[in-house]
Amino acid sequence: MQLTDRSKKTDKTPLTLAEKSYLPGIAKGLGITLKHFFSKKATIRYPEQKRYLGPIFRGHHILKRDEEGRERCTACGLCAVACPAEAISMVAAERVKGEESLYREEKYAASYEINMLRCIFCGLCEEACPKEAVYLRHDKFVPVFTSRDQVIYGKDQLVEDMNERYERDAWTKEEMQKLWAQQKPVNY
Amino acid sequence: MEENTFKVTIDGIETRVAPGTTILQAARQIGPEVAPPAMCYYKPLEKSGGKCRACLVKVAQGSERDPRPMPKLLASCITQVQDGMVVENYTNEEVVETRKGIVEFLLLNHPLDCPVCDQAGECSLQDFAFKHGTEAQRYEEERRTFEREDIGPHIQLHMNRCILCYRCVHTADQITDGRCHGVMYRGDHAEISTYISKAVDNDFSGNMIDVCPVGALTDKTFRFKNRVWFSKPVDAHRDCDKCHGKVHLWYKGEEVIRVTGRKNQWGEVDEFICNSCRFEHKETKDWVIEGPAKMPRHSVLSANKYRADLVKKPAYALNYAEQNFKKIDDSRPYDKTLSEIKESEDYQALMEKNKSYKLLNK
Repeated sequence: MQLTDRSKKTDKTPLTLAEKSYLPGIAKGLGITLKHFFSKKATIRYPEQKRYLGPIFRGHHILKRDEEGRERCTACGLCAVACPAEAISMVAAERVKGEESLYREEKYAASYEINMLRCIFCGLCEEACPKEAVYLRHDKFVPVFTSRDQVIYGKDQLVEDMNERYERDAWTKEEMQKLWAQQKPVNY
Repeated sequence: MEENTFKVTIDGIETRVAPGTTILQAARQIGPEVAPPAMCYYKPLEKSGGKCRACLVKVAQGSERDPRPMPKLLASCITQVQDGMVVENYTNEEVVETRKGIVEFLLLNHPLDCPVCDQAGECSLQDFAFKHGTEAQRYEEERRTFEREDIGPHIQLHMNRCILCYRCVHTADQITDGRCHGVMYRGDHAEISTYISKAVDNDFSGNMIDVCPVGALTDKTFRFKNRVWFSKPVDAHRDCDKCHGKVHLWYKGEEVIRVTGRKNQWGEVDEFICNSCRFEHKETKDWVIEGPAKMPRHSVLSANKYRADLVKKPAYALNYAEQNFKKIDDSRPYDKTLSEIKESEDYQALMEKNKSYKLLNK
């Protein structure tokens, strides 16, 4: 009974003299090995080299500022209520006179904390945010931590640095597909 | 008894109500699935209703005697029932379409600053727009804006958010002696205001906060303290010489961050509480705690609060189980010996079914 098209009949004819000596077989095998020395490598030298993870990779959280450098977050709490792991907590405060250049709305997050031990990087906070404030960076991981006091990320680690602004490579599905198409195929 | 009641049919469900009942009340008697939404009508307040048009319904048959349909949609909160009236609410396409328009009208001047607003999460307008409105808005013009205003030491007025439901004005009329708060100007210019910015210092003025369906009148002491869905509501009471003292305490950790009246199923506070309960007693020791407050399951207020009586098995799972699994008759004795089991009908039927299996027939 034939189960698959790819099955091969075992060849049971006696070996020839050349085959019995094994030398051509060894040469052929070494040739294949040698060929791979010069072909393109499937692996990269991580962590010195890093592969592009795609424009929608969900990494390190960031609290975006707007064009004028004011914090977008208004501590509405929608990210925290959307969070399935209950990792986000915040305390709101009212903007006082003179702080208009710091915060965009009359309310702002005085403290905004994400517990990275709890976070599962699902991106629901990003989806819930009505002010386009919280994003998960596509270009940065949350680093490995060694003790629990490094786990809770406050505003100092989350708010965007104006000198080093975060730009996402692609915002729409079309843009993303274009980017992926430009990527060279990886031969595994 | 039968002669003294009127027969009304709302969305195909028949009920009998006393003469003089409004359509809205009759629908509420049947249940929340047919009750029209209400933004301005507030049962405990006299003369409220008829302003927001959220509760418009189609009367398909005026009465038994005169079965002609009413030509236009009627505000159900101020229209009384007639014998044999047939009302269409959610089953009528026209009503559903009109309500989308009503949502758009109510949102014309609404700033949509829900992320900042303290009412978000328990806002009737949010619920109304979410349930009955469309996702998009066509309004492009400038919205009217006002400065934030303090009405008395405890209440803050955000006129931007007001939908002019007049509930607070009726509250002031009814509960406070001597009115010092009303609506000024007309039409598009209308705004609620205290007369000559006079502070409302009545003992019950705080109820305007509870009565306001949107975030126009908010508790100044609660401003930006916490989002409502992160605080834990608790039923509590105390002996109060001015009011009955039954309230919700809203906790943030150990701290009582605000005190409100208890809302019923329709979001109405039946029994108003006094300002001293509301603003001056914000410590656990002032109150007798009854237990966690019951919040409607659909509301965001119940988010992350896992009460056993609130968490229901989803209908899908129950239906699936009902259709796919037989109920097991557990009354049979289970301590039979193997020989008895082999004689039983069940066993023989099973063996009959499994005849084709070779292992069993060795």
